[in-house]
Amino acid sequence: MAGFPIRGGVHPEERKLTSDITIMRVPTPGRLILPLKQHIGAPAKPCRVPGEIVYKGALVARGQGNVSAHIHAPCSGYVEDIIDWPAPHPSGLPTKAMVVINDGREIREDVSVPVNPFYLRPEVIAERVAQSGVVGLGGATFPAAVKLTLGQSHRTPVLIINGCECEPYLTCDDRLMQERTQDVMGGISILAQALNGPETIIAIEENKPEAIRLMHKAAEKFGNIRVMPVPTRYPMGSEKQLIEFITGRQVPAGKLSADIGVMLHNIATAYAVNRAVREGKPLTTRIVTVAGEAIVRPGNYEIPLGMLISDLLEFCGLKEDPARIVMGGPMMGQAIPHAGIPVTKGCNGVLAMSAAEVARRVEHPCIRCGTCVDACPMGLSPLTMARLLMRDKLDAAVDIGLKDCILCGSCSFACPSGIPLAHYFNYGKGELVSRAQQKQKDDEIKRLILGRQVRMERQEKEREEAMARRKAEIAARKAAQAAAEQADKPMEVA
Amino acid sequence: MIIPPSSPHIAGPNSVQTVMLMVLLALLPGTMSGIYQFGWPALFLFLITSASAVAFEATCLKIAGKPVSFFCMDLSALVTGWLLAMTLPPWAPWWIGVLGSFCAIVIGKHVFGGLGQNLFNPAMLARTILLVSFPLEMTTWIAPRPFGTPQSLDVSAGWSITANGIPNLDAVSSASVLGHVRTEIGMGHQLPDILVSMYDPVASAVGSISGSLGETSAVLFLLGGLFLMAKKIISWHIPVALLGSVAVLAAIFHLIDPLRYGDPLFHLLSGGLMLGAFFIATDPVTSPVSSMGKIVFGAGCGLLLFIIRNWGGYPEGMAFAVLLMNAATPLIDHYIKPRIYGHEGSAIGRYFRQLKRG
Ligand code: SF4
Ligand code: SF4
Repeated sequence: MAGFPIRGGVHPEERKLTSDITIMRVPTPGRLILPLKQHIGAPAKPCRVPGEIVYKGALVARGQGNVSAHIHAPCSGYVEDIIDWPAPHPSGLPTKAMVVINDGREIREDVSVPVNPFYLRPEVIAERVAQSGVVGLGGATFPAAVKLTLGQSHRTPVLIINGCECEPYLTCDDRLMQERTQDVMGGISILAQALNGPETIIAIEENKPEAIRLMHKAAEKFGNIRVMPVPTRYPMGSEKQLIEFITGRQVPAGKLSADIGVMLHNIATAYAVNRAVREGKPLTTRIVTVAGEAIVRPGNYEIPLGMLISDLLEFCGLKEDPARIVMGGPMMGQAIPHAGIPVTKGCNGVLAMSAAEVARRVEHPCIRCGTCVDACPMGLSPLTMARLLMRDKLDAAVDIGLKDCILCGSCSFACPSGIPLAHYFNYGKGELVSRAQQKQKDDEIKRLILGRQVRMERQEKEREEAMARRKAEIAARKAAQAAAEQADKPMEVA
Repeated sequence: MIIPPSSPHIAGPNSVQTVMLMVLLALLPGTMSGIYQFGWPALFLFLITSASAVAFEATCLKIAGKPVSFFCMDLSALVTGWLLAMTLPPWAPWWIGVLGSFCAIVIGKHVFGGLGQNLFNPAMLARTILLVSFPLEMTTWIAPRPFGTPQSLDVSAGWSITANGIPNLDAVSSASVLGHVRTEIGMGHQLPDILVSMYDPVASAVGSISGSLGETSAVLFLLGGLFLMAKKIISWHIPVALLGSVAVLAAIFHLIDPLRYGDPLFHLLSGGLMLGAFFIATDPVTSPVSSMGKIVFGAGCGLLLFIIRNWGGYPEGMAFAVLLMNAATPLIDHYIKPRIYGHEGSAIGRYFRQLKRG
């Protein structure tokens, strides 16, 4: 089936050099750093104290609030400490993290017993997914169980499984589909079951013929699951673009895909869901593509969460000092300031790029060529937005669509003048967030001030009332006295 | 603290420099053919114009305190000078070239703030200033005298023309096809009779006709333009809209009155239409950024060009048409934008989307 055309996009060199390299398990290092926020939403709250012994798979931090996810120990050993540690964020600012020491004994403690998912009700599936701390593993890190519940409350007749992997370099989803086809398929059928059997479409970019073939074969025995090859074009794997390509409909601005009846999950998420629901195993490892010209042994590695990138790079070997270390793919990944940052749930790639490899283009003035306009999959005018943001006109940029930007980087990639357009949008969106936070704070303060005022007014009023009452009482008493005296007088007279 | 660079961490193949280089490459065959037709003076004028454009660029950058070598490397000034040279009469004196470059680079570009800031196409602005100020020099056309033929000049005679002007004007001058047609029609003659004596589609296509360097070989400039399209340096929107609108208008009027109006082929092959459609109207800085905007821009250029050619005061209207549409570009960019994903868009857009869905 041919899809519906999507707008814009670019064709970066694929460089998927690791697509033939079998997934390999990386030995768990002696010390793991588990950030308490590896997902979208509130950070998890530690439920183990330093010194406490933990087994592999044990719950160590509990998700808080509506949108959050549990975190489990990837090894057996003990909790050493809860500390501040640099997070995978460009600023490298620290967040809370739990340090777990590996005793190497690999004693397991799974969240629950294996079951046959075929007999589970949708809510139970979502519950088991939640218990295992599964989040969107394509990079979005939205808690998978929350998404399932959302899909259950909306009617979602279409489930799209995203196996596009449109980022250059990355091959971890490709390998997963090739090597663990049955497990991935199992996960997909569980997700479908959790959504009451929607029409399920597995989208895979055409540059992965082997994965398409195997998944197609595996899907044959399911009635309503099919594989759909999609054109190789960045950012085909972006949620909104993929939905449009497959369904021909766009997710209206400010709405969720569930609002138009579509649910989207990633291949790696499906795999993790299978392990969680069928085997009762929590999410403690993930498959990561390690690549880049500075790496000696690039490949696809199954890595315990919390392993430091420096340990990982040591394991894979470095030819040279990398010019840039990127977590994720080269188009949307995050450059990290140093290698002392742990692998987290959302990390699908670690790239150690050589100086020759990274784009180091000198910036020229904008020549208004319109390349960025053509490249933008969202139909924005990047040059205009960037010009406004350079002059700090945030509101004007929002007016022409800053909030719709998905930060895919297509515009920056294509710009012949080497203008870091997406960088400005990232900055602008950051400003919007901090502005919203500031507003929340201001509102809070306003509320407090207002509350105090109201309280004081009330107290004042109460005081006045009390005083008035007392006055009234006194007056009444005086009047009574007077009345009594009056009453006495006639007697006297009499 | 070092803030690491933001994504993306890889970049596409095109830089301003490669874009400009491709444009120069695409111009080369047509240019060489033109120089071959008109001999040494044409070569001298071409070199002087291009070199002076680069020199003015360097001077302006120096005055503005910008890094000279860095910006000259972007080759945009060379492209401007080169394009200007393509639109001058090939035997024009040297100072026309230098003055033209001055107008293009200094007035047309740096007064506006340099690369990317100018409203008007610098080469067309310069050509228009020259045409208005020096009508004689700017409308003196000669018949081709290819290298190696008996009429061709030797180096020193060629240099003396560029340096001192054409000595015996009447003996060499020869009207361009469009100019001739306009004069004759003005005198009440009928188009087919006029054309019989001087218009030959093959000669127009390969360029053995009188005119500027860029007005001669329509085919070579067409090929150069197709090369740029294939390399994705320019998109199809402006050239197709421009050539298409000219062709359609020509066809309509030719049907109405063939004795007065030329057929589409005549219009497409005449004047600097190919050069204009592929190399001048497509100047990124001065044309709209969106595809739809580009179509409107191209069609507008074609319409204006056709009007000027047939009813205006000059035989060829490319420069005026482009300048007028340049002025309209900010407006086009403001009103014609792509629809943002997930938004409703304009009523017209909705209508077309519905049509497409059926
Ligand atoms: S691609 Fe770059 S140079 Fe071209 S219009 Fe966009 S920002 Fe300007
Ligand atoms: S980063 Fe934003 S503006 Fe740039 S191409 Fe992607 S969606 Fe468009």
